[in-house]
Amino acid sequence: MFKVFACILTRDLTLALRRRTDVLTTLFFFVIVVSLFPLGVGSERALLKQLGPGVVWVAALLASMLALERLFAADYEDGTLEQLLLTGQPLSLLVLAKVIAHWLLTGLPLVLIAPLMAMQYHLDWGAVWIMLVSLAVGTPVLSLIGAIGAALTLGLRGGGILLSLLILPLYVPVLVYGSGAVAMAAIDLAAVVPYLQLLGAFLLVALVFAPLAAALALRIALE
Amino acid sequence: MLEAIDLACQRGDRLLFAGLGLQVGPATLLHVRGRNGSGKTTLLRALCGLLHADAGQIRWHGEDIRELAEDYRRDLLYFGHLNGIKADLTGLENLQIAATLDQRPVAADALRAALARIGLDGYEDLPTRLLSQGQKKRVALARLILSKAPLWILDEPFTALDTDAVTLLEELIAQHVAGGGLVVLTTHQEVALTRGAIQRLTLDPPAHAAAAGPAEATTSASSAAAGAAVPQ
Amino acid sequence: MNIKVNWFKYSAPSAFYPLAGRLIPWLTAAAALLVLIALYWGFFLTPERLGGTNPQKEYYRIIFIHVPAAWMSMWLYLVLAGWSAVGLVFNTRLSFMMARAVAPTGAVFTFIALWTGAFWGRPSWGTFWDWDPRLTSELILFFLYIGYIALHSAIDDTRRADRAAALLAIVGLVLVPVIFWSINCPDPNQCAALHQRSSLGRIEGNILFAMLAMTLGFWLYSFATAFARLRGIILTREADTAWVSELLGTGGAR
Repeated sequence: MFKVFACILTRDLTLALRRRTDVLTTLFFFVIVVSLFPLGVGSERALLKQLGPGVVWVAALLASMLALERLFAADYEDGTLEQLLLTGQPLSLLVLAKVIAHWLLTGLPLVLIAPLMAMQYHLDWGAVWIMLVSLAVGTPVLSLIGAIGAALTLGLRGGGILLSLLILPLYVPVLVYGSGAVAMAAIDLAAVVPYLQLLGAFLLVALVFAPLAAALALRIALE
Repeated sequence: MLEAIDLACQRGDRLLFAGLGLQVGPATLLHVRGRNGSGKTTLLRALCGLLHADAGQIRWHGEDIRELAEDYRRDLLYFGHLNGIKADLTGLENLQIAATLDQRPVAADALRAALARIGLDGYEDLPTRLLSQGQKKRVALARLILSKAPLWILDEPFTALDTDAVTLLEELIAQHVAGGGLVVLTTHQEVALTRGAIQRLTLDPPAHAAAAGPAEATTSASSAAAGAAVPQ
Repeated sequence: MNIKVNWFKYSAPSAFYPLAGRLIPWLTAAAALLVLIALYWGFFLTPERLGGTNPQKEYYRIIFIHVPAAWMSMWLYLVLAGWSAVGLVFNTRLSFMMARAVAPTGAVFTFIALWTGAFWGRPSWGTFWDWDPRLTSELILFFLYIGYIALHSAIDDTRRADRAAALLAIVGLVLVPVIFWSINCPDPNQCAALHQRSSLGRIEGNILFAMLAMTLGFWLYSFATAFARLRGIILTREADTAWVSELLGTGGAR
């Protein structure tokens, strides 16, 4: 079972390494959105400091959603998804492997570059650390929930926009507690713990249930 | 033994077939024929369990394939219109992944041998996107050589293949049936078997799908050996 | 009508179609009556200002539409997800159609709740929109309805559309409590101090009566519109079957 999981994981990572642009576009989208904000709202330090957590989190939300459209699309087009559905393995396990690979490729780079973005907004070191942690725990939840939407909208015209319509409302809790944690870090570092605990709880629950729902959605989509 | 009982499938608002029954025993090839749009692919996808039939039941060794789920899929090899190979991976890598997913890890030598047999000697380490259409299909067909699944469901496997490959594929199918395997196949050409039985199923959609009656599904058992007659 | 209804009989679209047709006029009439009673009661038989901690003048009467609409919007989402779940589990066509028929009505009530909320907010808060937790939750609920309808209409194959949208509705239902909770309580350190500010027990009797009458009226109205829409859906989907051609051939609508 683990072999199959590892096989899909390495397969998706290898594929992405042979087409690096897909990974980089998401990252640059994130960087551009975050960098454009001060141009729109003004570069006053106090204001940016206040907006920073929310802006970085919303940008992360949009970037991870943008990437989600491709999560199953390539496999759907060349028929490998069909073959995955027909292996004698639990489909949710394969979906989990794909989502993890997807997060490593699109989520993790965002997490790693986020401190750099936080500096643009003059956040304190404490807040930067909390941002790193909250994104590291929160973005996998986004990928997991998003996988359900990606499977539901598979192969539809205008799938990308539809996907955002379906999935963004479901991202609200992660956004609220993710950016809330960073904002709270500026006030009281000790008070951040419950936020991170909640995000962690979301991650655990999503790890169990999202692959099941996404697997069911894939079976519906491929009928 | 693969059985379908009183199967009905609808595509959109159109009824493709209804009341269809079939029984395929070991060492048998079921040749599904019919015009374009008569529902051949739909039937094959339903037999794979990819598609939920609107009515009826499909059984593998007497048990509903929905209940068997993964146990059924382990016994099954499906070859559809799409090759199901990754263009950015080499032929060797593609086969390796397919074998791992089947939980039948195969040594690299065996994989190379399979690719060589299908006529891709020297192309194993090229990303398959550099191969021609026919060669890509050959990579996908190499799975048949490695497969140990007793049931093969092949949707138009002969298209885009040159004569050499067609002959080889015919050989593979004949070999599989002779070894006691089951093959369900759609194709517009005849397939010769060395041993085993051929059943034929012709899907004939009624002129007006609106008519509530069951679609004509004429079947005829032919050839020698264990040709199980199809109850209809 | 016969009291002992064989429900399984009506789970077939062909049997349900005429039943719905017979029920619609009654439901519509009852809904109209209830709404009129509630409006009359709300306008003339209730005090002209709301006392208590948050005194409000005549404009508080918008409560008679706002609150019932908000209640209905949430109830109908439950109904939508419920039929979706029944459809996915038992693979019954009519349940999917029911879910699909309920969705627009639910979206309309959500919209009414938001719209009247804005009108109420203007005199009492001095702004059309405030990020009040309950208004924000209602907005998210509106997005969920729109998502369901958009996904359903984006898929051509009705079977896939039904099942995919049903799954979305169920996922939405599972996440709705978490979403509402996160909106209500953005700071987990202070959640213990948070209470729902409204409770039915504190509302004056005749105000409550008008609200409940309106809710019931809205509910019957939802039945009527959902059934009407359902009849349309049944006709399109079963257009190929014998009973529909018979129905259309003889020209009898009911």
